[in-house]
Amino acid sequence: MVPEATHGHEEGRRLFVMVWLGLLALTAVEVVLAYVQMFSTEGMLLILMFLSLIKAGLIVGYFMHLRFEKTTLAWSLIPAVTLVIMLLFIFFPDAVRALQLRVPQP
Amino acid sequence: MADQVNAMPLATGDWAGGTFPYAVGHKKLGMWLFILSDSLTFSAMLVAYSYVRVATAAWPTPFHFFPSVVTATVMTLVLLSSSLTMVFAVAAAKHGDRRGAVRQLCFTMFFGLTFIVLHLNEWGVLIREGVRLWQNPWGVPLFGATFFTLTGLHMFHVATGVGYLAVVAVGFGRGRFTDEDVEVSGLYWHFVDLVWMFIFPLVYLLSVKG
Repeated sequence: MVPEATHGHEEGRRLFVMVWLGLLALTAVEVVLAYVQMFSTEGMLLILMFLSLIKAGLIVGYFMHLRFEKTTLAWSLIPAVTLVIMLLFIFFPDAVRALQLRVPQP
Repeated sequence: MADQVNAMPLATGDWAGGTFPYAVGHKKLGMWLFILSDSLTFSAMLVAYSYVRVATAAWPTPFHFFPSVVTATVMTLVLLSSSLTMVFAVAAAKHGDRRGAVRQLCFTMFFGLTFIVLHLNEWGVLIREGVRLWQNPWGVPLFGATFFTLTGLHMFHVATGVGYLAVVAVGFGRGRFTDEDVEVSGLYWHFVDLVWMFIFPLVYLLSVKG
């Protein structure tokens, strides 16, 4: 069940170093995109959130070990929190409305 | 006794399945549940920040690529590295290497403190530019409010984590804590790292001065 039990200490170490390098590479991509500024704010938001979700998946799956736990644990934790976070997005139409209703400053 | 005898066929027979549905200890499950609630706290704050940003016509984007974004990138690197040493600490603890685990925990705490120092320095840059909780030079008071609340709550988590790891390192070094305690503290530490993976792009990378 735990990777240390199924393969050797060194192999486990290498796996985590690979994950770490992957996280660094994704971060580098994000920073380069912020430097060149070739996308609109909305486009950047989409790309950055996509990359950050991959990073979050790597951290939760490998560093926090969820990939190697019983799948029931992941099924109990992840869908519930995902749903509640998505429910928070219900505020965004109101944010756009508030912007459009604002009286223009002279 | 009679109760036990009567209960036996039930306990070992038809209804014995799923006694430990998650196959984790209570400390680990407790930490996962805490992380769940904490992730909702941070999500709510990130959504609140995004809400006021969307609802504000001219949201300030004050971060110069150098030094602010470069500093934040180094902070990300430091936090990711601290997660790697935390993984090594857990692995060492699982292999009964107490000295190695404590050493890796000390590396992790060092990275955590480095993160806090860099972040306070970054706060200092903004405060010298005139950004406060209620006001700033760009006339959008909510910028300071959301920025300091969001990053402050995260910094508080890092500081708490350093204290938590110090307690675990001392306890594990003296043999009072088990390897599971190290693992559970690792879950918390990685979560703090995970939160930064969203604050960094949303607060810094989307606010680079054009």
